[in-house]
Amino acid sequence: MGSFIYSVLGDPFVQMFQMPDFLMQVVWEGFVSGILYALIALGFVLIFKASGIFNFAQGIMVVFSGLTLVGLHELGVPAFLALFITLAVMYVLAFSVEKLVLRNLVNQPDIILFMATIGLTNILIGLGQWIFGGETKSMITEQLWLPTGSSVWEPGGGLVIFQHIDIAAAVIAALLIVCLALFFSKTKVGRALRAVADDHQASLSVGISLNHIWVITWFAAGIVALVAGIMWGARSDVSFSLQIIALKALPVLVLGGFTSVPGAIVGGLIIGIGEKLFEIYWGPLFGSGVEGWFAYVIALIFLLFRPQGLFGEKIIERV
Amino acid sequence: MKDASEGYMTADGRQIGAVIMEMKNITLRFGGVQAIKNASFDIREGEIRAIIGPNGAGKSSMLNVINGFYHPQEGEVWFHGKKRPSMPPSEIARQGIARTFQNIALFHGMTTVENVMTGRQLMMKRNFFWQLLRVGPALDEETEHRRKCEEIIDFLEIQAIRKTPVGSLPYGLQKRVELARALAMEPKLLLLDEPMAGMNVEEKEDMSRFILDVNDQYGTTIALIEHDMSVVMDLADRVVVLDYGKMLADGTPDEVQKNQAVIDAYLGVEN
Repeated sequence: MGSFIYSVLGDPFVQMFQMPDFLMQVVWEGFVSGILYALIALGFVLIFKASGIFNFAQGIMVVFSGLTLVGLHELGVPAFLALFITLAVMYVLAFSVEKLVLRNLVNQPDIILFMATIGLTNILIGLGQWIFGGETKSMITEQLWLPTGSSVWEPGGGLVIFQHIDIAAAVIAALLIVCLALFFSKTKVGRALRAVADDHQASLSVGISLNHIWVITWFAAGIVALVAGIMWGARSDVSFSLQIIALKALPVLVLGGFTSVPGAIVGGLIIGIGEKLFEIYWGPLFGSGVEGWFAYVIALIFLLFRPQGLFGEKIIERV
Repeated sequence: MKDASEGYMTADGRQIGAVIMEMKNITLRFGGVQAIKNASFDIREGEIRAIIGPNGAGKSSMLNVINGFYHPQEGEVWFHGKKRPSMPPSEIARQGIARTFQNIALFHGMTTVENVMTGRQLMMKRNFFWQLLRVGPALDEETEHRRKCEEIIDFLEIQAIRKTPVGSLPYGLQKRVELARALAMEPKLLLLDEPMAGMNVEEKEDMSRFILDVNDQYGTTIALIEHDMSVVMDLADRVVVLDYGKMLADGTPDEVQKNQAVIDAYLGVEN
């Protein structure tokens, strides 16, 4: 019994203390996956705020955008042109979702819209497989001028390895988040987006067109998905199994709150780093594969004690 | 006097202009329920027009028809001498119809100034690229709109809460911010849905004064719904009375007050 308590509460910390360079490595890796979780969660939050829809298709949008980019390049389209066309495809997707789905289902119960996004998921899976095939593809990292290789840092005789693509992912994600924040706070369209997130009727009464805003939010979520797709694709590869990883955004959202952009970022980082630390230091106690369920356990604990998440709005309902 | 096509003069000497909005035989149904039955009336430029009636009379429904939240099954809405086709409420707002809501619909996450700025949304022309850079024409435009908003904020005496998130404001002030946002649109027609509901006497007096001042200084045409008869009689130039979706009367406050059908509807009679 004593040795069990030691292996839970003692040994992991001793290890961390004895090999700080390794700890740093683990935290860095967790940080990078955390950023990618945050990006995917951000896509969910954008759409949830603007239209109250939980967009189940966000994960497949990540895969679909990555596939489109790589698929176009395979057909001989230059990388940056392919990137541009993929952006256009994401716009067409946003536009069609609004025209064909949202517009017709407006004022329907949330569950109906949720079901519609599950339908959309299947359509995108089918479309992706039909056009680009179901096999795994590798991301066109170098063609997009993204760095490869790695740097080594040796603090006091230790060893920490930084993959360049991870550094690029962190920087690009941070830039994207800053751009989105500026867009939301400084522009007329951003103001309109926040207005719609707050109150649909009031937005209509000052002349904001909900349909127009929905197209913009879905397009923004599409851009975020594309960036996440490129980065994740560059770290592993582009395949439909990415969609399952994208579901990690769910515990991130439970942690951060469904309506909060900072929440998505902080939640993503907590899940990413926490899951890596737990896997490495406590994983052996549970056998392998801790990474698969750790996030969901954290989410469950949050649901019990703080269901609105770290930053979400507490919903008080009148009874 | 109502029939004069070029308007009329009010008792206190304001010149009321031509008809800007006309509702013709409006019928609105929700399933089997008739919310409005064959109602017709007009609104003239520069006047304060009240729509009154007991609970469930169809007043709010009528306002929702005017600003496009509801589309009537029968009847026509004429605005500025043209029949208005069925269009979304955001389009109607673009035509210069602003409104407030009975249950206050503000953007709770934003401050007072930001809320009022949303009223200028439609008039801002520069695209977001320039706005992000905050240079030249985009900055001038933002400054210009901001100046107009500050003017309205001064006018409604809510300077003190400019930077306060509206969610935390007391009810009476929230109502005023909502009015400010509607005014920021510089509307041709301002719709007020029970602007004094839930207010105490003092707040009611303030709001009445603001409504009269808005009408007087900006020349804004106002259509309002109100429960409180005494308030309506003081404010309105002409009054429409609805009961169970039917029009009971249409005329000056004095005429309406003497109308037997109106008295019956308000006091209740046994048939």
